[in-house]
Amino acid sequence: MTKIQIIAIAINFFFLLYTSRLIVKGKLREEYAVIWWICAGVLFLFSIWSEGLGIISEFLGVQVPTNLIFSALIFVILIYLLHLSRVNSKLQHQVTRLTQELAILNQRLEALETENRTK
Amino acid sequence: MMKKLLIVIPSYNEEAALPKLLNELKTTAFLNSFIVMPLVVNDCSRDRTEAVAKDCGEKVISLVNNLGIGGAVQAGIKYAKRNQFDYVLQMDGDGQHPPAEVNKLLQAAIETNADVIIGSRFINRQGFQTSFTRRLGIKYFHWLNRLLTHKSIYDTTSGFRLLGSRAINLAATYYPDDYPEPESLIFFSRAGLTIKEVAVVMRERQGGKSSIAGFSTLFYMTKVTLSSILSYVRKI
Repeated sequence: MTKIQIIAIAINFFFLLYTSRLIVKGKLREEYAVIWWICAGVLFLFSIWSEGLGIISEFLGVQVPTNLIFSALIFVILIYLLHLSRVNSKLQHQVTRLTQELAILNQRLEALETENRTK
Repeated sequence: MMKKLLIVIPSYNEEAALPKLLNELKTTAFLNSFIVMPLVVNDCSRDRTEAVAKDCGEKVISLVNNLGIGGAVQAGIKYAKRNQFDYVLQMDGDGQHPPAEVNKLLQAAIETNADVIIGSRFINRQGFQTSFTRRLGIKYFHWLNRLLTHKSIYDTTSGFRLLGSRAINLAATYYPDDYPEPESLIFFSRAGLTIKEVAVVMRERQGGKSSIAGFSTLFYMTKVTLSSILSYVRKI
């Protein structure tokens, strides 16, 4: 095993540990953790099976293996970004509704309070 | 039968112009068949907008987040729906829209039975007519609106408009956030609502700043174009 493989495996290990910890503490939703775990899994696979990247590149007809990594990663990141924008839009919509409801409720509460005081 | 009218005044940092407008509303004689109630929607202002409006004795709803004009107006529309108002009149907090002109919209609502009545600056070309570049932009929106709805509405960006109960119900469920005026018209018209335009005389703003200026103009045009087209293709 080369040095870089050991480093990669070590980083992977801590990465998995950290994401698991975040889930246990309830700071990360499970569906996001799955994505990170898959990423970690792929990283782990290639840090052990280092010649695998070359084999797959050759099979797909990619001349330089690093290009395969970059294009695959960019693709994954783009999809993930799209997902995050979707989540963000939904959250924004929910915040709008909550803000409006809160304002209307607040007004109603104040009106009721003043009505009570004058009784 | 008496109709209930809610005058929604979306306000963001309007402490300068608001008291004058609210007092003017109090002294205005509205058509007899309407019970009128103003509602100031304070869109998380950083100045004393809320206090100033309460000092005038008016109802205020205060948003804890700044939602922008669309979210603020929709909050007012939701309030109207909850409290069984028959009409919502949207009016700027900066004094551009003279309260005396409200009756023209109400009259048109009674006569035409339209769901949406827009107060337009451009039909008679009276009163404050805004700058040349702005009018150019408004012309463009007129063209866009005609393209998408096959209706000719001149002042699609006007924030002086009256919504009937069908429009209130629709807008309570969906209303655009950022620059809602042109887009919501396409939405209303696609939902089969009737839209009428009435000539009104507007004034120059009495205080505060326009939400659209400088670089954001381009952003505004692009965003409204895009959202209008999306509103056109979207299912209702």
